[in-house]
Amino acid sequence: MNKPRTAGRTVGGLRPLALQGPAVTLLFLWMIVPLAMTIWFSLQRYNLLMPGMTGFAGLENYQYLFTDPALWTAMLNTLLLVGWVLVITVVGGTLLAVLFQQEFFGRGIARVLVISPFFVMPTVSALVWKNLMMHPANGVLAWVASLFGAEPVDWFSSLPMTSIVIIVAWQWLPFALLILLTAMQSLDEDQVEAARMDGAGPLSVFFFITLPHLKRAISVVIMIEMIFLLTVFAEIFVTTSGGPGLATTNLAYLIYIRALLDFDVGMASAGGVVAIVLANIVAIFLVRMVAKNLED
Amino acid sequence: MNNSMFKRFCIGLLAWVIAFVIFFPIFWMVLTGFKTETAAIADPSLIFSPTLDSYIEVQQRADYFKFAWNSVVISFGSTILALLIAIPAAYSMAFLPTRRTKGTLLWMLSTKMLPPVGVLVPIYLLFRDTGLLDTKLGLVIVYTLMNLPIVVWMLYTFFKDLPRDILEAGRMDGASTLQEVVYLLLPLTLPGIASTGLLSVILSWNEAFWSLNLTSSQAAPLTAYIASFSSPEGLFWAKLSAASTMAIAPILVFGWLTQKQMVRGLTFGAVK
Repeated sequence: MNKPRTAGRTVGGLRPLALQGPAVTLLFLWMIVPLAMTIWFSLQRYNLLMPGMTGFAGLENYQYLFTDPALWTAMLNTLLLVGWVLVITVVGGTLLAVLFQQEFFGRGIARVLVISPFFVMPTVSALVWKNLMMHPANGVLAWVASLFGAEPVDWFSSLPMTSIVIIVAWQWLPFALLILLTAMQSLDEDQVEAARMDGAGPLSVFFFITLPHLKRAISVVIMIEMIFLLTVFAEIFVTTSGGPGLATTNLAYLIYIRALLDFDVGMASAGGVVAIVLANIVAIFLVRMVAKNLED
Repeated sequence: MNNSMFKRFCIGLLAWVIAFVIFFPIFWMVLTGFKTETAAIADPSLIFSPTLDSYIEVQQRADYFKFAWNSVVISFGSTILALLIAIPAAYSMAFLPTRRTKGTLLWMLSTKMLPPVGVLVPIYLLFRDTGLLDTKLGLVIVYTLMNLPIVVWMLYTFFKDLPRDILEAGRMDGASTLQEVVYLLLPLTLPGIASTGLLSVILSWNEAFWSLNLTSSQAAPLTAYIASFSSPEGLFWAKLSAASTMAIAPILVFGWLTQKQMVRGLTFGAVK
């Protein structure tokens, strides 16, 4: 991969340092300063509502945090949300990519319509779904249910997590489709044709030619989505506020509650450290995957 | 032949139904914005007399243009800043690679995985103490750093695709690094740089975590403008829809025009 540098290049041995310096330094500071502060705060007694009570707390915040049932619920919710949205968007995105690759009337316009939700800001999509779509009395879904004589569903109180998954998946399905559709363009049509000649049905073509071809694109989708899904916030903030109870509280939202509503900086920071550790566990897998993609 | 025509028709029909279902919430939102409040909560109907009342009332309640201006300044400001920092870095990674280049790239991407919530408290306190809270500059700084890894990555992908001979030739003719970048690299990779910038603008425009937590009134962008409608007042659906339509219209059109461009950079060249 790394070609030995030509003699002319080595003269600029300091150049990479100077050119990359600003980006690397800024990112390093952006990462290390808040991280160090978070860890430091997490070891302090620091509640903005109790200015008198300060000082070193040791692992007290962590002790409270880990005995707080909310933490485990929040972690489980985070993983559930990420997991379900990934499954829906990757499976759905792949199937849709196959469909929208076919030729049909007005394909260009149809494609643009399908990918539109990706450009809608999360706060707007959450509000639209919460009110116009899922409202138990006046929402479109309630109206559709009434057409079939069914009882309308009170989405956010009876199926809170499902509702959040639907909203988030609606935003990310177009993204998966967009990437996979692009990957489909480079599918070797001759190969598909040859397989057809040999008597392969559409299903075998899909599983033995299309799917392997999309493998790398799918890994890219999973990686990028994971980064954003681990920290879903606006959709919950706008719709359920983490409720009912803790039903839709993910780690991001739990820390937000502790930090900005309970003013417990120490506890929130401890939660932050946990979130960072969780993200890093996921990241280790992801970085390996990307590293593979970088090879060629 | 007839059989295959029929098949094509069915495929087209299915695709259009799915496209319509997925697009429906956006379509419905735009439509509701032109209804009266009574019509908005009545049974869904495509037939109604359109009105601009909601838009006028929404505008009286909160100045859309102030929020929109904040969004524009913040997303374009942070994008320009990120490009300025990232272009030299990506240049050196693509054309002067060292043994550490790959590691540096991966490390940059990994900083993106640091969840914002994890560092919300220190950033909030830092901003409070430095007076950056609720300022456009504050959000520009945060978004620049937030998007920097992705911007460097995308630019690196585009730069790497450029045939080395071209820059090589420039150097033979005695071009300095700066001239090489300004007269050769930038013009040749302009589409790539543009698509990188576009994605960065979209991500900044739609970002809601930092903007909701770090601004209150002065620097609040459109994400905060919309979030203010989630209060009980938000039951006025026509107004909510009008406001939402205005908040997403610029970026939606932007996205439509540039989607093809964006994908190539987003996939880090892994998807050809």
